[in-house]
Amino acid sequence: MIATRTIGAPLDRIDGPLKVTGAAKYAFEYPVRDGSYLGITQSTIAKGRIAGIETDAVRAMPGVVAVVTHENAVRIDAPEDEALRVLQTDRVAYYGQVVAAVVAETLEIAHEAAAHIVVRYAQEPHDVVLSADRTDLYKPEKVNAGFPTDTEEGDVETALRRAHVTHEAVYTTPYYHNNPMEMHATVATWSDDGLTLYDSNQGPHGILSDVAKAFGLPEQRVRIIAPYVGGGFGSKAFTHPHVILTAMAAKIAGRPVKCCLTRHQMFSLVGYRTPTIQRFRLGADGDGKLIAVAHDVVEQTSTIEEYAEQTATATRIMYRGENRHTTHRLAKLDVPTPTIFRAPGETPGVYALECAMDEMAQRCLIDPVEFRIRNEPEVDPESKRPWSSRGLVQCLREGARRFGWDGRDPAPGPHRRGRWYVGMGVASSTYPTRRRPSQAQIRVEADGRYRVLIDASDIGTGTWTALTQIAADALGVGTERIELRIGDSALPKAPGAGGSMGIVSWGSAICDAAEKMKARLRDDYGGRIPPDGLSVDGSTGKNPLAEKYAMHAFGAQFAEVRVDAATGEVRVPRLLGVFAVGKIVNAKTGRSQLIGGMTMGLSMALHEETALDPHYGHFANHDLAEYHVAVNADACDIDAIWIDEDDPYVNPMGAKGIGEIGMTGTAAAIANAVHHATGIRVRDLPIRLDKLLA
Amino acid sequence: MDVEITLRINGSARTLSVDTRTTLLDALRERLDLTGSKKGCDHGQCGACTVLIDGRRANSCLALAIAHQDAEITTIEGLADGERLHPMQASFIEHDAFQCGYCTPGQICSAVAMLREVEQGWPSWVTDDVAADRVTLDDDEIRERMSGNLCRCAAYANIVPAIAQVAAT
Repeated sequence: MIATRTIGAPLDRIDGPLKVTGAAKYAFEYPVRDGSYLGITQSTIAKGRIAGIETDAVRAMPGVVAVVTHENAVRIDAPEDEALRVLQTDRVAYYGQVVAAVVAETLEIAHEAAAHIVVRYAQEPHDVVLSADRTDLYKPEKVNAGFPTDTEEGDVETALRRAHVTHEAVYTTPYYHNNPMEMHATVATWSDDGLTLYDSNQGPHGILSDVAKAFGLPEQRVRIIAPYVGGGFGSKAFTHPHVILTAMAAKIAGRPVKCCLTRHQMFSLVGYRTPTIQRFRLGADGDGKLIAVAHDVVEQTSTIEEYAEQTATATRIMYRGENRHTTHRLAKLDVPTPTIFRAPGETPGVYALECAMDEMAQRCLIDPVEFRIRNEPEVDPESKRPWSSRGLVQCLREGARRFGWDGRDPAPGPHRRGRWYVGMGVASSTYPTRRRPSQAQIRVEADGRYRVLIDASDIGTGTWTALTQIAADALGVGTERIELRIGDSALPKAPGAGGSMGIVSWGSAICDAAEKMKARLRDDYGGRIPPDGLSVDGSTGKNPLAEKYAMHAFGAQFAEVRVDAATGEVRVPRLLGVFAVGKIVNAKTGRSQLIGGMTMGLSMALHEETALDPHYGHFANHDLAEYHVAVNADACDIDAIWIDEDDPYVNPMGAKGIGEIGMTGTAAAIANAVHHATGIRVRDLPIRLDKLLA
Repeated sequence: MDVEITLRINGSARTLSVDTRTTLLDALRERLDLTGSKKGCDHGQCGACTVLIDGRRANSCLALAIAHQDAEITTIEGLADGERLHPMQASFIEHDAFQCGYCTPGQICSAVAMLREVEQGWPSWVTDDVAADRVTLDDDEIRERMSGNLCRCAAYANIVPAIAQVAAT
């Protein structure tokens, strides 16, 4: 582990001045010479074939530069990645699919022209409704992030028959859309050197390999630039059709093309979180100890590509229980492909698990905090490996103390105080601690400044600041001597921001480069910086200790709710998260990330839901007026703290990723508090007024 | 149809030719290289494009450029005094009132104008006495008055004290 001086300090964001003055440039804002604009036409059927496209009138419109359809598209060679094969076929696989695009001199003309392209379809009946009793559910080979689809240990059925107390229930979550504030955008320029994209994404190198593959280019001839990104939450992790489309349009038009998806278009073109149907069965012995844990998940993917959310993975590691069983089954529907959304798997899975635990605690007549503590596993119940560190019990106890859990009426609701039903709820949080291979380069200049080069991403994650702190401590110098460069595929290769692996992977590579730099300066230059400066490369691989220890972050969330007795409106006056996440690199930006995740969890619990119209197969509420995300007035007294946790096994910084854990558990804590307040158990998110007034 | 118009932005007059359909936001971003004002929805639903028109906050994506030739327009680029940040900008940094930074220019412009509304005694939905001359700007008032500016990173819990600190000085 490296000695920490600035790691942990609440440094102000280094990119702060650029962001509060509007000077930080996001993808669409880079000036390009002779730039033109892209308008996109989307399918208005969910399944069928394009029978004909009329483009003559649009081509004749003043200011239209080019029209692209499947008939004149550049051929894309990416057979295994359907999402990239934009305009390669006359088949329509979902409502909102790209069926044509227009390049025009101005934004206004591009939008108008795209709306005037006439497409005739040979429509076929579509199938867009997920249910648990479909006969065509199938078992994917594996689920997202490489986890096994099913797990089985002991004999759950027998254990359930033998259990003193059992609980069985089905929990459902709806479609959720990531909706980062910056709409997905790409600016494409072809030159003799190849292709350059200013693109809003979570990792330039990931986009680079897809784009190079799609156009048959060597990777050295593609460059992806994204130093500032206006949020992503997963939707900007993978390459989506508009990225390929923009590059293709620029090639056909013979000039730079700028594309910014509209908010409406984002609902069908950049992914969403799959709806889930989750059946839980729990069994406990006479002491309230779990002996059976079963979690069966039904969810969806599209007909063109498989995405299998790892919804039951948290259940595999969270609590004791010698008889265990988890499954994932998928339906292939005529819908867009789902994608990752902040804590994919854990977010919907922990919601269901932690509601089921609350119901089970009540059946066992044990306080929900104590029930969780009683079911703390000594080792990872799945791998049987010891924990590298596990602070869940401490988080539960510390949170209960600070939140005033003792003052909670242990009796089940309703609890009425005047106009309001009031209640408190608790839930655990968890997220895996992993690391991905990364490279980094450090160059020291004669003036003593260290340039740290790495293709890391800052999507609001505080990367600019946190990596500067890590580099300063690893080199043993002040942060003022560090000059960081990120967000450019011309920099050393690094993984994207995702899976809470960014800071820990990039930071590990920087630590390695720093150690090598210090050794070179000491051994080869007598501790002096050479007049021409010096460059060294560093890298990190996967963590070999991950084979020996189970590595996860944990937390406990506490919610206080008030439910209006007349209207059913749910308010959340207090939300507290206590986390065990190793060392926090920056106390200021780290807290922001945790409370941001918790607020998004509140939003998931109470506000967000995309409604798919089964008649047309399209998303009916596809804008920010109809798809409700939490606003300032919805976020009241929200705080996050963390316990001291030394974990020498995870990485040289002793840090666990914190981008996602804040969102896991919040929805369950709120749902459990709503039950405590009203006596009504809502097992179907979001908790809307009508579900409390029925 | 293109027309030549003159806009007064951040104290200077800028003459340009625009499509009559061009919004003030697109004129700023695509024609005048003032990209600090952000596009988050283009429908007046998110507040990222908030600018000050004659000192009042407005969604520039819902304003046509051609219709604002007589107005004094202030964007995020016009708030700082040279190198010296506006107190609201400095307070946003101090309180870490943003993460990705995309909604931030709109939040800051909105907050600056919101404080003027409070100074002028404008009530809000949560004001107890709407007839009172003075408004007490507590946290609930800030939350309510700032709810037209979405922040998906959800920095709300930091935006409120950032604004409260400026209001108190």
